[in-house]
Amino acid sequence: MNSEIAAGILQSTLAMATPLLIAAQGETVVQKAGIVNVGLDGMMLVGAFAATLITRSTHSPLLGICAGAAAALCLALLAAGFTVKLSANQVVVGVVINLLAIGLTGTIYRKLFGVTGTSLITESLPKFANVTILTPFAIVLTFGVLWWLYRTRAGLELRACGEQPTAAEASGVSVPRTRLLAMLFGGLMAGVAGAFLSVGDGNTFVENMTDGRGFIALAIVTSGRWNPVGGLVAALVFGLAQALQFQGQALGLKLPYQIFVALPYLVTLCVLTLGSTRSLAPAALGRPYRKAS
Amino acid sequence: MSTESLPPISLSGKLKLWRAGLAALGYAAGFVVLLTVTFLLLGVAPKEGLVGLWTGAFGDAQSGRWYPISETLLETTPLLLTGLGVGVAWRTGLFSIGGEGQLLMGALAATALVKPLQNLPAPLVTLTMLITGTLAGAFWGLIAGWLKVRRNVQEVISTIMLNYLALSLVQYAVSIGGPLQEPNSPAMQSSAFPDSLLFARLLPQTLTDGIGTRLHSGVILAFLCVPVIAIFLHFTVSGFGMKVVGQNAEAARTARFDVDKLRLKAMAISGGLCGLAGVIQLLGVSGRLYSNFSPGWGFTAIPVALLGGLSPLGTLFSALFFGALTAGSGNLARFSGVSSVLISILQAVAVLAVVGIRAWRAKAKGGEAA
Repeated sequence: MNSEIAAGILQSTLAMATPLLIAAQGETVVQKAGIVNVGLDGMMLVGAFAATLITRSTHSPLLGICAGAAAALCLALLAAGFTVKLSANQVVVGVVINLLAIGLTGTIYRKLFGVTGTSLITESLPKFANVTILTPFAIVLTFGVLWWLYRTRAGLELRACGEQPTAAEASGVSVPRTRLLAMLFGGLMAGVAGAFLSVGDGNTFVENMTDGRGFIALAIVTSGRWNPVGGLVAALVFGLAQALQFQGQALGLKLPYQIFVALPYLVTLCVLTLGSTRSLAPAALGRPYRKAS
Repeated sequence: MSTESLPPISLSGKLKLWRAGLAALGYAAGFVVLLTVTFLLLGVAPKEGLVGLWTGAFGDAQSGRWYPISETLLETTPLLLTGLGVGVAWRTGLFSIGGEGQLLMGALAATALVKPLQNLPAPLVTLTMLITGTLAGAFWGLIAGWLKVRRNVQEVISTIMLNYLALSLVQYAVSIGGPLQEPNSPAMQSSAFPDSLLFARLLPQTLTDGIGTRLHSGVILAFLCVPVIAIFLHFTVSGFGMKVVGQNAEAARTARFDVDKLRLKAMAISGGLCGLAGVIQLLGVSGRLYSNFSPGWGFTAIPVALLGGLSPLGTLFSALFFGALTAGSGNLARFSGVSSVLISILQAVAVLAVVGIRAWRAKAKGGEAA
């Protein structure tokens, strides 16, 4: 393999892995608090769109990223209102959030830019050594989340909400409040991850541009076994697989590219299947919490 | 916005019906308000928008009713079957989002049969395709069920992987040079099936002034699944067991229900219905498999099933509602420039309203939310 191709693969692996990693670290915190955010993909999509809109009018990708994070935050707040406040089923709310995001971004996009798509090219983040600032950010985030979850009191309390919500509440932790904050953090990160796609690595928005990356981030959290560092490894594997989809031909691989699409999912399923039956998932994951009254 | 399935309240049947009717009316009124507001926001005259939506779904006296109604039924069909499927799993407490993958596996398996069986009589091939597709969907559902039962893997997570695996398989099969791709074609699609395999068209063209409608006999098959699943859920031991497991798996175990077996069964039935949806769509509408075969029926199935209160009859009504919205918004997009993705917003808000109201009422009563 010549070094040019290797460099190309490394570069696109990092570009592919960055948004996955950012979204996955947000989701790790959310899941550790006991919530599955199936609406992650929708939040990323809204983040990507808001980032493009604001970058287009302010010419500042950084402001765009903030806008993306804020937009996804609003969606997360909506989702949390249903899952945390009303104890509605988390999977339902997540699916609906995805629908809502596709509808909102699609409708506004077509309204503003027409079906043919007048040019929506915007500035994008500057790159140093072919990566944007968000790639180191994702790595710092990983270790930040690791440290926060396992070395701080707040992290311990958050994990308690995901493992033993009743016990957490008994020891004075507000489960709804903790879960709400976790959701908001997850939303922020989803927004940044989405914005990376539209104004970080890319320079435009296209409909449905997340293309299921939110679901991949969910897969990463699972195959990383709810550990931020595990998530980092998984994100790199998924990123590499995505990079190989595009670079496989340059390598002269005769394999159909769908194998690279499918492989990480297959690996994740195998990890789940062959892993210990004692699930490493937070014990109360996905269960609505209701205060005993 | 048809049925209202709240947790059973100790009211006389008549009063309950009254309340359900009132609730349905309330939801319907709310929906019209929602539509009006959405149209205003998008700068479409609300009356024009509402009429456009209605005409697209049900037609008018002037341009005829058969064609729009046939389109509504056509759009309803895949949502109905996948909605029934998702409903069976969710009733059993399995929050599967794997309908999409199961549908694709059904379509893929059926397509794979066409060439090897080309020398058999057509009706036999069609029947084999229907059965194989259903079994393939059931198998895909069973994988998630097995992972849940034996390996304690959450179905939400495993079905996501299975969806992508199925999508990759379909895309590989119809990719350039793939095993099922149409030879010498630049498109990512299978060869068109022989007409003899396809479902017959139901409506004579005389009804629609010579405009061909797409309503096919597979639609009947889909609608027949409603009573079949309803009878299964309400009048069989397994159906009852599933309900018990869904309400409280631990209690069901204590009461000597075979929880694992019921969960596996539910996932198989759920997957089978979704697989069947794939084959029916294949044989009734597209006539071939292609890379973006499903526009997300398996995902929309979840709101459909939920709005229908996870009951087969309710799912029928909500699938009709979603089907009418889809057909109507297609028409709306043609004349008002309002994009058809608009319905995603409407569907989302409609479901959020119903889920929110239900959860709020359940919370007020201190019971379990749907």
